[in-house]
Formats: sequence, C-alpha cells, structure tokens
Amino acid sequence: MRIWMIAKRILIELLRDKRTLMLIFIAPLLILFLMKLVFSVNSQTDVTVGTVDVNSSLVEKLDSKHMKVVNYATEKHALKELNQNLDAVIVSENDDLDVTYSNTDASKTKFIKQRLQMALISTRLSQLTSSVKRIYSVPEKKFKITNHYQYGNEDTNFFDKIVPILMGFFVFFFVFLISGMSLLNERTSGTLNRLLATPVRRSEIVFGYMLSYGLVAIVQTLIIVFFTIWALKVEVIGNLFYVILINFVLALVAMAFGLLMSTFAKSEFQMMQFIPLIIVPQIFFSGMIPLETMASGVRVISYFLPMKYAGDALTKVVMSGANFADIYQALLMLLVFLVVLTMLNIFGLKKYRKV
Amino acid sequence: MGQNVIEISHLMKKFAAQTVLNDINLQIANAKIIGLIGPSGAGKSTIIKIILGMELPDSGSTKLLGKQMPNRSLLNKIGYMAQSDALYEQLTGLENLKFFAGMKKLHHATSLIDHIAEVVDLSDALDKRVINYSGGMKRRLSLAIALLGDNQILILDEPTVGVDPALRKKIWSELQRLRDQGMTILVTTHVMSEAELTDEVALLMDGKIIEFDQPEKLKEKYQVKTVEEVFLKAEETL
Ligand SMILES: Nc1ncnc2c1ncn2[C@@H]1O[C@H](COP(=O)(O)OP(=O)(O)OP(=O)(O)O)[C@@H](O)[C@H]1O
Ligand SMILES: [Mg+2]
Repeated sequence: MRIWMIAKRILIELLRDKRTLMLIFIAPLLILFLMKLVFSVNSQTDVTVGTVDVNSSLVEKLDSKHMKVVNYATEKHALKELNQNLDAVIVSENDDLDVTYSNTDASKTKFIKQRLQMALISTRLSQLTSSVKRIYSVPEKKFKITNHYQYGNEDTNFFDKIVPILMGFFVFFFVFLISGMSLLNERTSGTLNRLLATPVRRSEIVFGYMLSYGLVAIVQTLIIVFFTIWALKVEVIGNLFYVILINFVLALVAMAFGLLMSTFAKSEFQMMQFIPLIIVPQIFFSGMIPLETMASGVRVISYFLPMKYAGDALTKVVMSGANFADIYQALLMLLVFLVVLTMLNIFGLKKYRKV
Repeated sequence: MGQNVIEISHLMKKFAAQTVLNDINLQIANAKIIGLIGPSGAGKSTIIKIILGMELPDSGSTKLLGKQMPNRSLLNKIGYMAQSDALYEQLTGLENLKFFAGMKKLHHATSLIDHIAEVVDLSDALDKRVINYSGGMKRRLSLAIALLGDNQILILDEPTVGVDPALRKKIWSELQRLRDQGMTILVTTHVMSEAELTDEVALLMDGKIIEFDQPEKLKEKYQVKTVEEVFLKAEETL
C-alpha cells in the first residue's frame, strides 16, 4: 500500500522531530491551562463611589459587597478624587441625582449604573410595601430562591463557555500549520518532485497525508479532551465519542486546508503569513464571540468557515449533551469542506506532474 | 515499440520571455549511454523534466519506449536522479531506499537494496540518518534510489558531483554494466572526462542540440584530442 507507506514515512519524520511533537501535543495544553488561569479569576471588580448629600437610606443600599461608598462634604472635593480613588461621584440636588463617571473601565461604569438603579428601585419598593402594609396589614411572606444549573455550577465562567470551541480550534490550528509546513518542506527540498517521478498517484500522496495527520489528530484530540476534563475539570455533558469525532473530522479539514495553502507559499515564513488570513477569522466566527450579536451581513462569512460548524457542534455536545441528530448537519458541512479541499489538493499536485 | 527508446521531437520551451529550448530533436537508441552536455543554464535539466512530465513543453513531444509522455505508469520503468539531492533527511539511508522501493511497488527488495548500496559504497552507512550524511554520501544515496527497480531507462542529472574519483570510476563501471544488460542511460555532466565514457554525446547550446555523435567522431570533426576541447571550440564558434 503506497498510501500507508507515505503515511508511515510522515509519521516517522514527525516522531523524530521533537520540537514539532511538543508543538502538537504539549503547546495546546499549556495554552488551555493559561487561559483557564486568566479567565477563572473572579471577573467581578470592586468599585468605589463618592457621594455628596445623598440620603442615608440610599447610601446604605449602595454600600455592598463589591461597592464601597465614601461620603464627601463638597462636590469639588469629591471630583478631585475621581480617577485616582473613585470610579464615580454621585451628587444629590433637590432629590435629583447627578452622577459623574470616571469611565476608564466601561465594565465598572456599567456595574455602578446597575447598582444605582437597583438601589433606587429597592428604596421605592420598601416605601411602597410599608405604605401597603399600613393600609391592609398583610402578613409578610419571604421568598427563597434556589438556583439550578443545567450546565456546570455557580462558578461557570467565560472559560467554560469557550473551552469546547478552544479544543476544536487548537486541533484546527496546529494540524493546519504542521501539515502545511510538512508538504511545503517536501516541495522545497525537492522530494515531492522525486516522489512524483515514481508511478505514485497524486491521490495516494494526498490520502497518505490524510491518513498520517488523521492519526495525529486522534491522539491530539484525546490528549486535549482528557486534559480539559481531568486537569481543568471542565464538564462534558454529551457523549465524549462525539467530541472526538467532530475534532477528528475538523482535523482532516484543517489538514486539507493546510496542504492547499502550502501550494501558495514559497517558504515557511510565507506559510506563517496565512495565520492572520485563514486562522484569525476562524477565531472570530467560531462562536467564542456570540454570532447573534453580529450584523447579519458579517454573519454570512461564518458559513464559509469550518470552525463555525465545529464550534457549534462541540458547544452543543459539551454544554447541552446534544446527540447525533443534533450535530450531523455540522458534520456533513465539514465533510463537504473536506471533499472539496481534497479534490483541489489532488488537482493542485498537477502543478508538479502533469499526469 | 520502435527501435528508439527516447524520441524527442521539435521541443520548444519558454520561461516568460526567455526561450530555453528551441526545436530540440533527439533520437536515442536502446542500450546506450548518452551524455548530455552544455553550458550551465543551457536547459539540460529542463529537457529532463519535460521527458519525465514535470514540465510541459510549449510545443513538440517526447516519447519513451514508444509511448507519449507524460504517462504515469511508464514511470515504473524509469529511474530518475534529480540535480538536487531531494532526500528525506530525518530518515535513515535504508528507510529512504525502502520508501522509494515501495513507491515503485518493489516489496521484497532487500537483496536488491544490498546490491545497490554496495555499488554506491553506502552499505555501512545505511542505518545512519541522512541528515548526518556528507554531501557526497547524499549524492550516492540519491543515485542508489534512482537505480532501484526494474528500469529500462535511467535519467541522471549530474550524478557524480561531489563523488571522489575512485567511487566515480566504480559508479561508471556499474552504469556500463547496466547498459550491457540493455538499459538506456541519459546522463548530464560537467565533467568532460566522464563524457568520454559515454557512447554518444549530445551537445546542447543556445537552445539547440548542435552535435549528437560518438565522442571519437566529434573529436575527429573538431580535430581535437578531448571532448573538453570539443565543448570549448563549439562554444567559441557559436
Ligand atoms: N521554473 C523556471 N522558471 C523560470 N526559469 C526557469 C525555470 N526553470 C529553469 N529556468 C531557466 O531555464 C534555463 C535552463 O535551466 P536548466 O536548469 O535546464 O539549466 P541546466 O542546463 O540544467 O544548467 P546546470 O548545468 O547549471 O544545471 C535557465 O536559464 C533557468 O534560469
Ligand atoms: Mg541542471
């Protein structure tokens, strides 16, 4: 079998290249671990607000876990502290509130606005209840809220949301790069020409690459999946097999993509230049940034990017336990990408041998 | 199958505005060693690439063993050694040989590989990775790969660059042995003493084959003692 011999050769070369091995199998784990650290720190920041002449019941409501309230005698005094020690200054004039935000951190501004709104509603509500009570003397009823989480727990954060997509993305990124470089290397060293001077079929070369990188992708996916589950404690609701299946098909697409792009590159450096062109859009449209918030014209782009389909399917399986019926459409789309890219690759080798 | 193993007729090849080959005609008979010589950049490697189907000519045609090229299955009958070494550097010499043997579907090639390794004097280095080979060793491994298989035609692009004189002699006697067994061999070289060892010399200059004859006849025609002088004189009179 020529296909198997080509695959075996690529695998041997890979096994002897320690640096590339690390890049494929260790680098994704390192990045995942770092991202976990970065995104898992409590995203709630603490704010400090200065108040001037604000009535004490409102101040009491504002002063809470993540918000410190400091009272100032004059507005001038308080504004001086804005930017250094204060995130906002609230001045009360004839029952109207005048708020000045430092606004250097938009999320803090938003947080203060929300808190202020809540505090105002709650003061008004308690005034209302006390007057109602005075009239009807209804017995007080306490409400208790119990939270249930379909996915994860109360600590679930942004990292958990993007982790299914990240798994797919790393598979895509590294397989794209390594397989592309591998064929590029074969082209620039002249071995591709030499290979094509034997009766090997062009398709056998492409399938040999697919076989070897398919195997690499399975191992890589297993490592990434088990690392995220055991070391990063990410919960996978759905069937693990589907996670691996999606990543496997995605890896084949990435490989075919990498091989195709490598025919347009003259050096490894030029191959790297495809990263902003091919890889970065995959991040934007993979679902890490919610697609619903994008303008519909922009969203159309996502339908041409394999990462979108993989990201969708992976999120569904990991976070809501989707079964095969829910993901087969995404898988089918990935297969369409795969078939088209593979045919282009087989055709593309004609550049080096005309039959 | 006609009596000519390689038939090149009216070959034209341009790269952009540069005409490299201009109406090349060459008929090569069975069981001959043909030396293709010419100045650097004359288009020797280009002719070879067209013969193998790696480049398409702008016009004209090449036939090997009576069949129109490019033709994939015919490549099984051709051993090719490129001007650049083109080896898998992370693999050992043996792994390289086995890989290319597999590509030619020679599955039980152990004794063949042993013999070829003997000819190029690499038997002791077969288990070494190619990345650790010297330049001459790489050249010899590259030649060994070309010799693999059931070839009727050998096409060698400067096979003995960087090979020492003793080994060069050994390689040429192997080529002559293969010729005597009926193989047709096309060799390019810049070493004119090697050109003396061929059966016929094709001199490529200015996009044309300006001479194609036995070395002795060429020397007679130009009234000189060596092929080297033929080359120099031909270039002068051009
Ligand atoms: N792919 C290409 N694109 C453009 N020009 C090319 C290409 N390949 C070869 N050439 C040009 O064609 C001419 C012949 O090249 P070729 O490699 O056939 O020469 P050669 O006779 O083998 O030389 P040498 O003895 O130095 O190996 C050169 O001028 C070269 O620049
Ligand atoms: Mg050349």
